[in-house]
Amino acid sequence: MACIEARGLRKAFGAQVALDGIDLRVEEGRILGLIGPNGAGKTTALNAILGLISYEGQLNVLGRDPWSERDVLMRDVCFMADVAVMPRWIRVSQALEYMTGVHPRFNRAKAEGFLAKTDIRHTSRVRELSKGMVAQLHLALVMSLDVRLLVLDEPTLGLDILYRKQFYDSLLNDYFDQSRTIVVTTHQVDEIQDVLTDLMFINRGRIVLNTSMEDFETRYTELKVAPEQVEMARALKPIQERQSLGRTIMVFAGVERKQLASLGEVRTPSIADLFVAMMGNTNGRARGAA
Amino acid sequence: MNSQTNAMSGTSVGEQAGATVAGSPMQPFLWSLRRECWEYRSLYIAPLGAAGVFLLGFIVTIGHQVTRMRGIVGMDAMHQRNTMVTPYDMASGLMMAVGMIVGVYYALDALYGERRDRSILFWKSLPVSDLTTVLAKASIPIIFLQLFCWAVAVVLQLLMLVIQSVVMAGSGEHVSMLWAQLSPIQMWIMLLNHLITVHGLWYAPFYAWMLLVSSWARRAPFLWAALPVLAVGALEKLVFNTSYFFGILGYRLGGNPAVVFVKDWPVNPMTQLMIGHFFLNPGLWTGLIFTALCIVGAARLRRYRAPL
Repeated sequence: MACIEARGLRKAFGAQVALDGIDLRVEEGRILGLIGPNGAGKTTALNAILGLISYEGQLNVLGRDPWSERDVLMRDVCFMADVAVMPRWIRVSQALEYMTGVHPRFNRAKAEGFLAKTDIRHTSRVRELSKGMVAQLHLALVMSLDVRLLVLDEPTLGLDILYRKQFYDSLLNDYFDQSRTIVVTTHQVDEIQDVLTDLMFINRGRIVLNTSMEDFETRYTELKVAPEQVEMARALKPIQERQSLGRTIMVFAGVERKQLASLGEVRTPSIADLFVAMMGNTNGRARGAA
Repeated sequence: MNSQTNAMSGTSVGEQAGATVAGSPMQPFLWSLRRECWEYRSLYIAPLGAAGVFLLGFIVTIGHQVTRMRGIVGMDAMHQRNTMVTPYDMASGLMMAVGMIVGVYYALDALYGERRDRSILFWKSLPVSDLTTVLAKASIPIIFLQLFCWAVAVVLQLLMLVIQSVVMAGSGEHVSMLWAQLSPIQMWIMLLNHLITVHGLWYAPFYAWMLLVSSWARRAPFLWAALPVLAVGALEKLVFNTSYFFGILGYRLGGNPAVVFVKDWPVNPMTQLMIGHFFLNPGLWTGLIFTALCIVGAARLRRYRAPL
């Protein structure tokens, strides 16, 4: 069953088109990364899925229309907009009580189990916690919800690398299973490359790439070209070419890996490299791994 | 690893408990009310603080009070009563005023604050509808704050009565006259009636209007709530040279004439309640319809509004 299904999803803010009629289908049990430059329409797409904004076109999340049924939908969906949305005045104990009170699928014992592994005290207010601890708290609350869809919009923004690593580890080990679906957007794409099962690039309100990670790995190849083979490699029409430490590096789409292996070293490109190859052809040279 | 296993084994129990607790449709409303009390602690701190300061002032000046009481012996009943009742009326008035100030402050911030600090995104990630949230927020100044102010006033006046009685008895005065003149039970019923009908229901349109503005304004909700109202009245005066709008506003602000202005005082206060008259007043119902429209409007706006 599809967890999210959109057809012709469109959203304009005045004259500015944020989503230009996208079609989208996310199956249950997937972890989808929604990647795009600033202002590409990622957050707009997520907001539409969560019932936070109105839209044109068809959108169905877990069989419901998010805009008219947000409150019911939120029993099966949870989201973390970014690290700074927990109310600053709330105490940890109050947050636990409140979630127990309003959410039929909140498991308080589980949340307390997660919190016990951190330095967060129940009597603290959110404003007294560090940014990383607030993210830990929010994640502990979210992971204790037995929901079918979890949406994360830049969940690790502003966190240091230890917290970021821990965040995704925790999500994979303690939360994810085949009945759950996660949609995540982030600029730190390399950190989630091993986490994702599906990848989607979005630019100027349109989907420019929609692939599973298995297809990604077979379809896209990065070649560190042997200096004498550069012309041969160019003939195979790379989607991007850049220089790195005096070597030419090319990214190919849909070219047999065996064929490329004779021209240099091959490997799977990072999501960041492919992103640059597909979106930033004009300034691709300047950006290596984001 | 151990704590994780423990947490997991607690899963089924916690889930069952959670399911029964959050099952009732009233549950999100009640929890929304609790949330408001956690967030706006001034809702109870301000009335308690004001009552505390007043009580302190009363204790400091108690000697003066008793002297005054001594001076009224032999005066006419009306004068006697006024002298005795004044501090208690002041206490009631203070609680009404504090309730209004806190209510205005709360209503203007209730739907604006959660957008300003972005926490609206947290609240909206939970299965509580916009209408439930707005209803909970509206019921605070219209009902619960008034009830709380009443309870504080009752405790305050009771403490004043006890203290005054002890001091009077200690100096050999007759305490019974004080209690008879004050008739505290009636005084409290009157106050409750006044707070619920006038400060709650009659003023409800003001609070609902402020909530509406607070869900709409991008900044300065106080100015947006007050200035357009003044502008409409001024414009009417300028264009038509009439002041119906200010008339309506004044009528509303003045309180419901059917309950408020009690002119022939030394009669049994119970006859002054006139609950029936109050609920038959069409002004009340137009006000409540306006309140309902503002609440529905605020709920709709909250649905569309993004954090600031």
